[in-house]
Amino acid sequence: MKTLKWLGKRLMHSIGVLIGLSILIFLITRVMPGDPARVALGARAPAPVVEALRQDMHLDEPIYVQYYFWLLGALKGDFGESLFTRRAVVDDIKEFLPATMELALCAGLLMAGIGVFLGAISAKRENSWLDNSVRAVAYLGIVTPPFIFAILFVFLLGYLLPIFPTMGRLSTGVAVPPVVTGMVTIDAIISGNFRAFIDALWHIFLPALSLAMAGIAQESRITRSSIIDNIRKDYVGAERSCGIPERRILWKYLLRPSLIPTVSIMGLDFACTLGNAFLVELVFNWPGFSRYGINAMLRKDLNAVTAVILVIGFVFLIVNIIVDLVITYLDPRIRLGAQRGK
Amino acid sequence: MNAPLLFVQDLHVGFKVYRGLLHVLNGVQLSVSESEKVGLVGETGCGKTTIAKSILRILPSPPARVLDGSIRFRAREVLDISARHLRAFRASEVAMIFQDPTAALNPVFTIGSQLMDSIKYSTAGNGLSRRQIFKRAASALEDVSLPDAERILKCYPVQLSGGMRQRVCIALAIATEAGLLLADEPTTSLDVTIQDQVLRLLGTLVEERETSTLLITHSLGVVREWTDRVYVMYAGSIVETAATKILYEDPSHPYTRGLLQAIPKLTGQGIAAGIDGRIPDYAHPPSGCRFHPRCPQAMKICAERRPPLVRLGEQHQVACFLYGEDSDGE
Amino acid sequence: MLSDSISTWISRKLESARRAWFKFARNPLSVVGLVIVLGVVLTAIFAPYFAPFPQHAGRYVDFGAASQPPSSTHLFGTDVFGRDILSRILFGFRFSLTMGGVVLSLVVVPGVTLGLIAGYLKGHWIDAVIMRITDIFLAIPPLILALAVCSVLTPSLFNAMMAVSLMWWPWYTRLTYGLATSLRSEYFVQAAEVIGAGKPRILFREILPNCLSPILTKMALDMGVVIILGSSLSFVGLGVQPPKPGLGTMVADGAKYLPDLWWIAVFPALAIILLVMGFNLLGDGIRDLMSLEEV
Repeated sequence: MKTLKWLGKRLMHSIGVLIGLSILIFLITRVMPGDPARVALGARAPAPVVEALRQDMHLDEPIYVQYYFWLLGALKGDFGESLFTRRAVVDDIKEFLPATMELALCAGLLMAGIGVFLGAISAKRENSWLDNSVRAVAYLGIVTPPFIFAILFVFLLGYLLPIFPTMGRLSTGVAVPPVVTGMVTIDAIISGNFRAFIDALWHIFLPALSLAMAGIAQESRITRSSIIDNIRKDYVGAERSCGIPERRILWKYLLRPSLIPTVSIMGLDFACTLGNAFLVELVFNWPGFSRYGINAMLRKDLNAVTAVILVIGFVFLIVNIIVDLVITYLDPRIRLGAQRGK
Repeated sequence: MNAPLLFVQDLHVGFKVYRGLLHVLNGVQLSVSESEKVGLVGETGCGKTTIAKSILRILPSPPARVLDGSIRFRAREVLDISARHLRAFRASEVAMIFQDPTAALNPVFTIGSQLMDSIKYSTAGNGLSRRQIFKRAASALEDVSLPDAERILKCYPVQLSGGMRQRVCIALAIATEAGLLLADEPTTSLDVTIQDQVLRLLGTLVEERETSTLLITHSLGVVREWTDRVYVMYAGSIVETAATKILYEDPSHPYTRGLLQAIPKLTGQGIAAGIDGRIPDYAHPPSGCRFHPRCPQAMKICAERRPPLVRLGEQHQVACFLYGEDSDGE
Repeated sequence: MLSDSISTWISRKLESARRAWFKFARNPLSVVGLVIVLGVVLTAIFAPYFAPFPQHAGRYVDFGAASQPPSSTHLFGTDVFGRDILSRILFGFRFSLTMGGVVLSLVVVPGVTLGLIAGYLKGHWIDAVIMRITDIFLAIPPLILALAVCSVLTPSLFNAMMAVSLMWWPWYTRLTYGLATSLRSEYFVQAAEVIGAGKPRILFREILPNCLSPILTKMALDMGVVIILGSSLSFVGLGVQPPKPGLGTMVADGAKYLPDLWWIAVFPALAIILLVMGFNLLGDGIRDLMSLEEV
């Protein structure tokens, strides 16, 4: 019950933040120099057409009026029309968002799985050659920008050793499974098309890995240092003195408290994944939402930009809530703290 | 006399830090026999916890190193036990009650989780089903007078009071039915009113099960109440040992005398006298007898050589040159 | 005597400096980081003197010498315009360092101050306002907002710096807020309040010094992050504009010619990695330096 109340409060808070964010974005996009209507229609469009578009976009009215109209539309699910693709932005989002979400989720899984695992074995064998190699690789993961990884992987595993494909989500000739979620891998499973599933995984691996590298590195470092800190704690000595085997101590009793800082960072890392997705999408020609967003920004497509940022903000907020829920599960001190005994 | 259960001989343990090597344990010699209640008394920082952790071999092994000596438990050399058998040794032969119950319990797991795991991996828990282990855990909690055991098993440490947490730690130690119990300052972090209860409880438990106990504490009062025999420790070595009664009647080592004089008494006048000086720096300990810089009766030889333990009487030994180097008395 | 007290003061400072160096240098990698950072900073400052072909960092064309692999004249080869890659990288460091330096100097003071105020005045409406605004900025991944702002303005390094600064300060506010909130209930703060110290004094003399360690560590690590951000922006064309030799821009240019003219992309990429690694190692060293453990 307490959790539900807390959840309710967080949701209210998040809605508030989203509204604030929409105002912020609105201000930024409307404040820029130049005439959006002219930019959208091109230099050669006749003046009356431009004027008509300006009226349509309420560009001559004070900014709070513009915001009002926009908000009205947004609440009805209408984010306006993209100045470039000429369709409702909502439709654009529906088409492109799943691709990016699929990419981000894959990257997230890789980060969580590989990162934590590497961190744990690295901590267990502190100062061994295994530990030092993992740390060195993790370092490289942190200091290398994702676009360099993308190019590197394309080159090494796409050209030199052509193991993985370097473009798109499916090979030509493989039928796209019927769209349920828009995420090809999941749709393939749902429709029972195993071949498409493998093909999609094969295509998504390199981009997801490029995105995940920084996160893998971070998670492994934090997990490692967290476990090392906790290993010195008294309760580990107590558990050892009870005769509990080392393996159980590591994977059960050390892992859970050590995961707490890791999970907090995972939320941030996931955000960075969302942020860096466009780099990877550009290099791998992935038809995703971030690439759509970048193009919208470069073309000053106001409605699209606003919508893109809000969607990303929304996703990030949900991720944060999930992260907080997980941490509360992992650390009972947080939910029970009120009843602290002496 | 039978061979003692635990026999620590000439144990030297050091910690490697920036400043050099901290030579903490300087030739410790002690023994505990079956069903005996032995006390180990000394100031904070004299190495008492280090001994306990060395017996269980849970000292953090980068900084700490065993430099010399031996620890025999039931005629096995503990320092030589292989990693594989070490776990079984810790599970079933020796158990420890830690000083700070809050730190000794993993905060993100339930009491039941930790208690049941400790039973599961001990010989007492061999081949028991999960339900049976649960029952044993509950009865261990009942043995330490914690009411409503089944509810507590589902609680987290943060939900219990300090006294309850300490009882849980005791339960953890006795549930494995080990032969030797190392109780490291089990009452120090508790209120005075609770201290008494817990000590009584501990005494009952230990007598019922005929477990040998090494009670580590800095409180002379506790030792007097509770133990049959006492070791007095200073700066990493044993300075005096005797049956409890004898120690209080006839303290021989200047340090022991100083300690006893420092206890305020209800009768008598004036403020209790302390002992001048502080415990030494283990990186550069005093030569010879480590107590000599603070000793009111120090002699020339005290700075030159370490005094060996000499017998003063039945069950009474002291490490001090005041009492001669050979086995003659004073 | 005055001279005695001065000499004691000096020897005490020397001793703490020595101890600080010990803590820092205990991990040799931190020293490596320091060396890298100092080296790059010096190189960037004196680039015109160190670079073998300083005029290549800009508009320059010599198709005769174009697309040459690494050789003794051109250690890192030349690009398709005949420009010496090594010289361009040395000048490129200037952009990266400038970006990091400017962003941090713009962002740290306001961010930390806001965090201090909000943390100390917890429960006050000022706290709520500051933290709400911070939450809004923190609600999106930093790169996205920077991109949005960048795209609204004409692409250039300066605008990129402004964009990144605009959404970087909240991280410092959040960090300082957390530190300040936990510190404000410490006894030494209450003691200062009791003797009537004014709020600014408490903030800056009591609370701030205790927050310094995580803040300074974060600053060093942030240099690395901002440099990566900056090179990512340049990579997509929103940061340093050609023909200026931004490191990310160079990688983007060179990526087209992989694998044949590999040196055009590889060396700038390595330069980015080196620079960020230097700051990261330095940041780790600073964290060790400021840790309170007894040595």
